[in-house]
Amino acid sequence: METDKEVMIITGTRKGIGRYLAEHYLGKGYIVVGCSRGESALESGSYEHFCLDVADESAVKKMVSSVYQKYKRIDILINNAGIASMNHVLLTPLSSVENVFKTNVYGTFLFSREAAKLMSKNKYGRIVNFVTIAVPLKLEGEAIYAASKSAIEKFTQVMAKEVASFNITCNSVGPTPIETDLIRGVPKERLQKLVESLAVKRFGTFEDVVNVIDFFISRSSDCITGQTIYLGGG
Amino acid sequence: MKIERQKILELVYASIEPINEQRESKDDKLELEEETHLFGRESKLDSLGLVTLIIDIEQSLVEELGLEVSLTDEKAMSQERSPFRDVKSLVDYICSLEV
Repeated sequence: METDKEVMIITGTRKGIGRYLAEHYLGKGYIVVGCSRGESALESGSYEHFCLDVADESAVKKMVSSVYQKYKRIDILINNAGIASMNHVLLTPLSSVENVFKTNVYGTFLFSREAAKLMSKNKYGRIVNFVTIAVPLKLEGEAIYAASKSAIEKFTQVMAKEVASFNITCNSVGPTPIETDLIRGVPKERLQKLVESLAVKRFGTFEDVVNVIDFFISRSSDCITGQTIYLGGG
Repeated sequence: MKIERQKILELVYASIEPINEQRESKDDKLELEEETHLFGRESKLDSLGLVTLIIDIEQSLVEELGLEVSLTDEKAMSQERSPFRDVKSLVDYICSLEV
């Protein structure tokens, strides 16, 4: 089933920003293929959902390959799926480090690799990864989370160079705290202090994130690659 | 499942053809022969060309033979002599994969 519509893969679409992004881009006429560990309640004729762990290489390969076989194109990948772990380094168990790196780094790598292989066949692609304001702010208590996102930022920059000749761009967006499950465990006073340290002293919104992604995935942004945009002036 | 060598060879040749179509000079085209070098100084492919060829072969294996394989896994990378050095070694390597 070839299509004239742009085909977008978004990871982590069951809730939060991912769900919002899926609905937003469905509303703009994209075909959206999403995934998460659990089922999605999102219903649309242009939406398809896969239940998988983003760090499961075989499952990711099958999903991305099946999207390409169905539509003969993958235009955009948004690596949104991510988990956080707030803890003092001295109290952080290795299992937390493994979980955070598997979802954030391995997941971003696997989807980027598989999608870019197929984007290269059509000589076009846009990849957007998620980092965090915790990287430039070097937030205490977020060493592992920030380290995983720092890895993603550098990965994005290097991959941008390696796939540029296929007309594929790779960029990152680094949101300020947005009121989602990801920061549910962080004390309110701490979040307030963080927001006060930003140039723009307010929580981020889903619309702020969409604004940056719209810029990155625009057809006009073919010269924008390897970049990170942090929201809030962090 | 045993992979039929002749089918793989044809599939590799089919993946080389679009690369040849983009090359005007006969000298730049890759011969459809088992001895054709794919990697190293004697190859007519640059590193990006080899990447493109490998991606194309992987995709053809899925689409035409239903074989989900990764040609650049640790097994390939740890082989003393690269399986990508010529068409013959690549075809032999694909046939050796357990699928």
